[in-house]
Amino acid sequence: MRNIIAIFQKQVKETFKNKTILIQFIMFPLMAIIMENTVKIEGMPDNFFVNLFSSMYIGMAPLTSMASIISEEKEKNTLRVLMMSQVKPMQYLIGTGSYIWGICMIGACVLGLTGTYEGKELVAFLGIMAVGILASLLMGAAIGTWSHNQMSATSLTMPVMFVFSFLPMLSMFNEAIDKIARLVYSDQIYTLLNNMGYQSGYQLEIALENVAVVGVNMAVAILFFAYAYKKSGLA
Amino acid sequence: MNQNNINQNNIKSIVALSNVVKQFGEKEVLKGISLTVKPGEIVGLLGPSGAGKTTMIKIVTGQLEATSGKVMVDSSSTEMGMMMDSLGLYERLSCYDNLKLFAKIYNIPVERIDEVLKKVGLSEAKKRPVDKLSKGMRGRLALARAVMHEPKILFLDEPTSGLDPTTTNQIHELILEEKAKGTTIFLTTHNMAEAEKLCQHVALLHEGKIIEYGEPKEIGRKYNHQKKLQIRLYDGRCMELLNNKEAAEKVQDYLAQELLETIHSTEPNLETVFMELTGSMLE
Ligand SMILES: Nc1ncnc2c1ncn2[C@@H]1O[C@H](COP(=O)(O)OP(=O)(O)O)[C@@H](O)[C@H]1O
Ligand SMILES: [Mg+2]
Repeated sequence: MRNIIAIFQKQVKETFKNKTILIQFIMFPLMAIIMENTVKIEGMPDNFFVNLFSSMYIGMAPLTSMASIISEEKEKNTLRVLMMSQVKPMQYLIGTGSYIWGICMIGACVLGLTGTYEGKELVAFLGIMAVGILASLLMGAAIGTWSHNQMSATSLTMPVMFVFSFLPMLSMFNEAIDKIARLVYSDQIYTLLNNMGYQSGYQLEIALENVAVVGVNMAVAILFFAYAYKKSGLA
Repeated sequence: MNQNNINQNNIKSIVALSNVVKQFGEKEVLKGISLTVKPGEIVGLLGPSGAGKTTMIKIVTGQLEATSGKVMVDSSSTEMGMMMDSLGLYERLSCYDNLKLFAKIYNIPVERIDEVLKKVGLSEAKKRPVDKLSKGMRGRLALARAVMHEPKILFLDEPTSGLDPTTTNQIHELILEEKAKGTTIFLTTHNMAEAEKLCQHVALLHEGKIIEYGEPKEIGRKYNHQKKLQIRLYDGRCMELLNNKEAAEKVQDYLAQELLETIHSTEPNLETVFMELTGSMLE
């Protein structure tokens, strides 16, 4: 536990000075605030921008920041120094992951409050976001572990991030894309948000498909992580 | 291979390698290394770039596994301190915050941070982020981190490589201070003078083999085939004489004439020994 807290605190300071990561956390909530307050189209459903940007946020921020932090630590050899001083890989991942998760949840709160969510709906919204952020984190941890340096992490993160963050939006326009998009967690999160957020009297409806896809996505991320970990270790 | 030269006295060794082989794919980087380190001494692993020094340190510290052979280290990993060639510092964090992370991990009081920063001469720069430090300062910070938990054994991989003479000397002082506390130190270097100055024992590593082992002076004497005398006279003449009977007579003459200012017997240094053994230079 002591190690987890130490890693967490280190990550707070480190991220604060890491502009490329900081911008990830701020960009989508900020865009949602701006769009929700400036763009008003007749007949546009409630929370249109909030839901859209929330699913993009989930597809992008946790994934890229986790991948970038881990791969940078590998590249700069700091992770090895941690491991050599008896920090367990799990402690490192929990310390770093819980921080990213926490900061993304703050972003999720901003997103939720920007929309018309309140009370029970807000809780449901945050619950959905919490799961989505976790899935994204796992994916990012897998990519970071797989890569030996930041460069290779970025080249892997880019396409993956595009798939996860833009498919939900593209699927609105195209049936064929929608069929594929259904297989990724961010699209299912988007569906969940829309199901409860598009009409007033929000009702959280969770279908088996939503749970199954998100669950399978997480399982794939964990397997990919385990494989990457076995291949090259954390350091 | 001069395994006979390895001192096998009865003090329990803190590190013992026996016939360690390391292969990376087809390439054999360490070809049967045997070496022991006694508690409290500084042992230097000396060799040119690519000899396998870093690989050896990684094996001893458990960062790599040997392909075959035995590795014994009588110290838990929390009792080790190390400074590898890539220092592994957090670039965006200050000196202080870099050490604070490890103070927490090692569970040592935070007061210790200022203590070690002062010791390595970084008190002034404690708030400065690592990416604004000079190379020498980074090295000293990495050394501070390596010793802050008072390890039983310290591994230093080329601790002064690429540093200016002043910083090099500062680091030498710090290393000797650690030794004075009883810390065992295992260091690698491609700098002969450094090995001669710091180490009780050195192992010369060449292409994955230890080609010579012993006390630096001892090795020097062993390869002292030429046994020259360097003489300087009051009239300004300097000469090199072979260390034999003829020279003795000459020296006697000079002494009688009160001409002799200085007289030295020369010993080859590790550099010349290395040259003789391998036909190649260290750097
Ligand atoms: N991970 C690795 N994979 C393949 N070859 C390696 C690896 N690490 C080191 N080597 C090779 O092993 C040899 C010794 O390297 P190293 O131990 O770093 O030497 P030194 O530290 O003495 O300069 C070099 O030829 C290097 O290319
Ligand atoms: Mg090296």
